[in-house]
Amino acid sequence: MAEAAVHSEHRAPYRGWVRWVYSTNHKDIGTLYLIFAIIAGCIGGFLSVMMRMELSEPGVQIFTGLAQMVYGMDPGAAEAGGRSMYNAFTSAHGMIMIFFMVMPALIGGFGNWMVPIMIGAPDMAFPRMNNISFWLLPPALTLLIISMFVPSAPGAYGVGGGWTIYPPLSTTGQPGPAMDLAILSLHIAGASSILGAINFITTIFNMRAPGMTLHKMPLFAWSVLVTAFLLLLSLPVLAGGITMLLTDRNFGTTFFEPSGGGDPILFQHLFWFFAHPEVYILILPGFGIISHIVSTFSKKPVFGYLGMAYAMVAIGVVGFVVWAHHMFTTGISLDTQRYFVFATMVIAVPTGVKIFSWIATMWGGSITLRTPMLWAIAFIFLFTIGGVTGVQLANAGFDRSVHDTYYVVAHFHYVMSLGSVFAIFAGWYYWFPKMSGYMYNSVIARAHFWVTFIGVNLVFFPQHFLGLAGMPRRYIDYPDAFAGWNHISSIGSYISAFGLLIFLFGVAEAFAKKRVAGASPWGEGATTLEWQLPSPPPYHQWEQLPRIK
Amino acid sequence: MSNQPANDKGKRNSNRVVVGVCLAFLGGMLGMSYAAVPLYSVFCQVTGYGGTTQRTTQYADRVLDREITIRFDANTTGVPWKFEPAQRSIKIKIGATAQVHYTATNMSNEPSTGRATFNVTPDLAGAYFDKVECFCFTDQTLKPGETADMPVVFYVDPDIVDSPEMKDVKTITLSYTMFPVEGSKPVASAPVNSNTDTENKLGG
Repeated sequence: MAEAAVHSEHRAPYRGWVRWVYSTNHKDIGTLYLIFAIIAGCIGGFLSVMMRMELSEPGVQIFTGLAQMVYGMDPGAAEAGGRSMYNAFTSAHGMIMIFFMVMPALIGGFGNWMVPIMIGAPDMAFPRMNNISFWLLPPALTLLIISMFVPSAPGAYGVGGGWTIYPPLSTTGQPGPAMDLAILSLHIAGASSILGAINFITTIFNMRAPGMTLHKMPLFAWSVLVTAFLLLLSLPVLAGGITMLLTDRNFGTTFFEPSGGGDPILFQHLFWFFAHPEVYILILPGFGIISHIVSTFSKKPVFGYLGMAYAMVAIGVVGFVVWAHHMFTTGISLDTQRYFVFATMVIAVPTGVKIFSWIATMWGGSITLRTPMLWAIAFIFLFTIGGVTGVQLANAGFDRSVHDTYYVVAHFHYVMSLGSVFAIFAGWYYWFPKMSGYMYNSVIARAHFWVTFIGVNLVFFPQHFLGLAGMPRRYIDYPDAFAGWNHISSIGSYISAFGLLIFLFGVAEAFAKKRVAGASPWGEGATTLEWQLPSPPPYHQWEQLPRIK
Repeated sequence: MSNQPANDKGKRNSNRVVVGVCLAFLGGMLGMSYAAVPLYSVFCQVTGYGGTTQRTTQYADRVLDREITIRFDANTTGVPWKFEPAQRSIKIKIGATAQVHYTATNMSNEPSTGRATFNVTPDLAGAYFDKVECFCFTDQTLKPGETADMPVVFYVDPDIVDSPEMKDVKTITLSYTMFPVEGSKPVASAPVNSNTDTENKLGG
């Protein structure tokens, strides 16, 4: 079948850069997304290392100098300017990692590459829409980066309100153009994601190969389908909310302005109605990837396939009705808190189904610890830690105690930075031979894994202690009592940054050495359709549709 | 391959259906995010969420033999006014109607216009704080040195003692904030249309 699917005359219609800018090919666009995600990840990672460098000791170390250097402030103004610059770094780090690193990598990158191949489709349903989905992202990222260099409030540059951009700090608090640029950037990134979501839904519903029913569809395709629905339903709410911010700022409306009868808390409701599904958007495709990897390297079909698929559906559905657990301290009534505590904890059930099913897949399997499997097992371990602190934080009483402390920071980095990012790297090492045709050096890949694993745990595990001790988020400085664990956390961030360099070196090495990977380098455990194609797959695959028994 | 065109057409139609449904969802969610604004106002008004007080034209049907302290707070933002309550606090029986006064004096040399918003603390008391008469969301213009007297008539709903979260509350604070009506927008100098129907929408 693989031979029949290859036609040597099928190649990119354009050469050079035009091939990429005009591309309507899902694999080319997926590659663009992955490259974009790596670049954005490096920018976001750089911002975080600067923050950790600042926090490695009490007092203000580097940001006063940075503000003088970047903004050309005089030393007097640079002290306050440096503090706002730190806030701008935090905000930009969050937005870049969420909208321009994790989402493009998981959905745009691996989703574009693998979903059509896995369901036996020649391409996405709307190839040209796919092109615009990608090409909206670079301008969006550019706007966000520009926003860091333009004024927000007097003596301050860049959006300093965190990725949550709550009013009134984001309306009357920061009247300068930085916030407007960031809002526009989010609008464009949101439009890109919505178009992508529509494309995936149509592709998965209409273009599955004969015999591939929804209940035979690989779990990664399932995860992208659920994610696409979450995007479709939640992003318009963000778009609505930030449009209200924009008109409040510029056109005299008072959606969130008490003087006109508005309520700033309403923004928090709108924002979290988007942003809670958003965090599942960031992790669900990772769940799909991990399922494939665990199954491949255990040489067993995934345990409880239907349960795994519907667990993701359940997580997606329940994810829409838990948003106010981010708002326990906003004065909601006790009964409302009780409901949101309960609903939030319900999510632990389908998530537990997934964790246990991965373990059950490995149980009794013939496990080989190849590089993707290392990342996948680490994902399960670290995601579970983040999940457990998540269940803790779901309790309104406990949340009140550690609200806006580093405990929360540690929690969401364990599920995002250590969860989603490990899933991305797991997917990268799993599919890199398929996408490029080359096998990476496994020693470098393992070094990348171990350095990253040690580094990120060193960054974030001590933050649990800091949070419990009461260290608040979003400050450039802290009392001396917090110095010890902060220093260790900063050392961890340097180690993680070194891990990123090993990763980039490993990629370069793989392309330089050109070790041919072959169609199915992972052996008999890899059963999904992409392993039936040569590596890299032909420009157009499934000229003759595969038939699924 | 002879049935290819027919298949293509079928596929195109089917794709259009899916896209249409997706766009309908999209529009629906966008519409709902805007519908959230009035719905949220109604929600606040009905439940007293966020300290939104209730507006009523009737007096309480019973008066309890239990006293509650009502404290009064006044602050301004951006209006050159002296704005304060005539008394800092009163003790009333739950269910009894009381009248208090706020006074505002324009301390500047130019006439200026202000508009007051309010809420009560604790937030959950909003549902039980019933105002019969007040000066919320009405524009008030004061000439230089002019003083205005602004009455508030209210009572505390006796149902408050039946609420498990509120029954032990001994003090409720009513806070007014006076906002300037013009020139409050920091970014653009777009004129602020006084939302004249806000008062009706929000109650109070």
